[in-house]
Amino acid sequence: MNILVVDDELDVRALFEQRFRREIRGGQLRFAFAHSGEEALDYLHQHASELVLILSDINMPGMSGLELLGRIRQEYPAPPPPAPPRVMMLTAYADETSRQQALELGASDFLTKPVDFAALKQKLLQLAAQDDNAYENENSGS
Amino acid sequence: MPDTIRIRSKFYSNDIVVTRQDSANATVSLTPSKPDEDSTYKLKQDVEEGVANAGMNVLFLVAISIPLVRSVGRFINSKERLPYWDKLYSRFWILGIGYYLGMIILGLQRTKADDFYVLLVLGLLIAVLALVRDYRPARTLLLGLVPLAVTKGSELLLHAISPATLDFYHEGFSSAQGFSVLWLIVFAFVARSHKRQAEAERLEREAAALEKRRIEAQNAILEQMVTERTTSLTRQTEELRETLEELRITQDQLIQSEKMASLGELTAGIAHEIQNPLNFVTNFADVSGELLDELEEEQQRPTRDLALETELLHNLRQNLTKITHHGHRAASIVRGMLEHSRASTGERLPTDLNLLADEYLRLAYHGLRAKNKSFNATLHTDFAPDLPLVEAVGPDVGRVLLNLFTNAFYAVQKRREQLPAQPDYVPTVSVRTRALPEGGVEIRVHDNGTGIPEAVRQKIFQPFFTTKPAGEGTGLGLSLSYDIITKGHNGTLSLETEEGQGTEFIIELPS
Repeated sequence: MNILVVDDELDVRALFEQRFRREIRGGQLRFAFAHSGEEALDYLHQHASELVLILSDINMPGMSGLELLGRIRQEYPAPPPPAPPRVMMLTAYADETSRQQALELGASDFLTKPVDFAALKQKLLQLAAQDDNAYENENSGS
Repeated sequence: MPDTIRIRSKFYSNDIVVTRQDSANATVSLTPSKPDEDSTYKLKQDVEEGVANAGMNVLFLVAISIPLVRSVGRFINSKERLPYWDKLYSRFWILGIGYYLGMIILGLQRTKADDFYVLLVLGLLIAVLALVRDYRPARTLLLGLVPLAVTKGSELLLHAISPATLDFYHEGFSSAQGFSVLWLIVFAFVARSHKRQAEAERLEREAAALEKRRIEAQNAILEQMVTERTTSLTRQTEELRETLEELRITQDQLIQSEKMASLGELTAGIAHEIQNPLNFVTNFADVSGELLDELEEEQQRPTRDLALETELLHNLRQNLTKITHHGHRAASIVRGMLEHSRASTGERLPTDLNLLADEYLRLAYHGLRAKNKSFNATLHTDFAPDLPLVEAVGPDVGRVLLNLFTNAFYAVQKRREQLPAQPDYVPTVSVRTRALPEGGVEIRVHDNGTGIPEAVRQKIFQPFFTTKPAGEGTGLGLSLSYDIITKGHNGTLSLETEEGQGTEFIIELPS
């Protein structure tokens, strides 16, 4: 499963690569990184079909995570396939308004910083399993 | 050869002098008392009359001399000049009358008693005048009296020693006396005019002294007034100084409270800024533990994957570096916060304004975001890479920047609220630095917010002026910023603005 992590903090990359080193090594999860909303959109345009999940910070200079979410939902409306990427929001400001706003904009999940990596890993693996099943189903169907 | 008989009346008395010059050229006085002469009777009669006249003369002279002596006394003002002698002098009349009575009683009605009295009076006057010779009119009068006294004295002396010689020079004596009397009169006039002059001078001197006293009194009054005024001015100055001191303390307190207020605005931003590095510290420490577990597991295996072990070790080392880095990052934010709240030491140090502007831009942004979750703005930075360091008080300039950024965010937020229907509007705050060609550094803080109306523009740097609702702004931010830049750093703080388009504040600092 391909995941795009969007955060203006550069060290997020090293952290994710280490936290999910086994999953990366095992080929279950593949990570790409973008440092701003704009960069994320660029990446999305190039890898639209491969991307399954976007994990985005909300507070970023320039385009915020919520704006990014809005743009994605605008550009990639609901199914039919290719299925739009799920977007999970990550924020240090875990207030109800932001959560509400994010969910309204179509976020599939809302996580608070500091990230609970164990919980995140579980969610990701679960999604990856679903994704694999769907992929297999798709393949066997055709 | 016949004898020459000369009959002459005396100049100053009724005596008749008769002399005979014989052939041998010897002069013989023909005294009228000689009875054997032919003319005796007649002459004798004259002589007796003359003697009686001498008594009358003395009486007459006494009568004249008393007012004369008095007037001389008045003339020289003996009461004041000779207070001691004056008591005797003013009783002169006793002497005069005593002289006359003495003369009658003693039967000294000789011819020369009157002359002797005259000499006595003259001597007395000369003595008195000599005592006050410092007084110029007295001196003049003295000079006038001396010749008369000398001729009179010498005549009497000669009369006593050799009357014949006196008779011989009688004419000379007479004219000399005449001259000395004239001399006396002239000098008396001169003395009078001297006295008048002296009197005038005295009056003038007295007037001058009076004027001087008046001026001195006036000066004393003036001096007292000046002293009073000085005292009151000193008191006023003291009061003003105290008031100024109080104002200064109040100002310091205001500045401190303004700093604290801006620190409050910063708190959320700072918390966010600290949270991120701290998350990294805990995460990297945590993940390093996992890496160590894995490494140990790897070492337990019979067939060790050395490449994996090397990678794990490499990651561990990298993580330690990152932990240190983020630890420092958090520490520097805390340090910055402390610097911001601490009273400025005012020490100017070489400062990287790019770093300062970046730091405070982030703090301001996150501070505002913490307060208003829905707020978002595009931050744009354009830092000149070759910007020279500037001698500046870092925390102070930081405060100015924070203030400008906060205002900029406020302006774009306001515009967003005013124009909710414009989805295309991207609130943007940008900061640009550049080295000025003539030396020095320029920082431009730009926003595309509401802009500042003309009426507000004039007052924007005045203390306590604010457009924010009550309780939101102290109205000190920009006025303090202005002081920090202009007074504290000899720089300039200006603005360019267009209503509805945005505002740009320009800081110029000399290198």
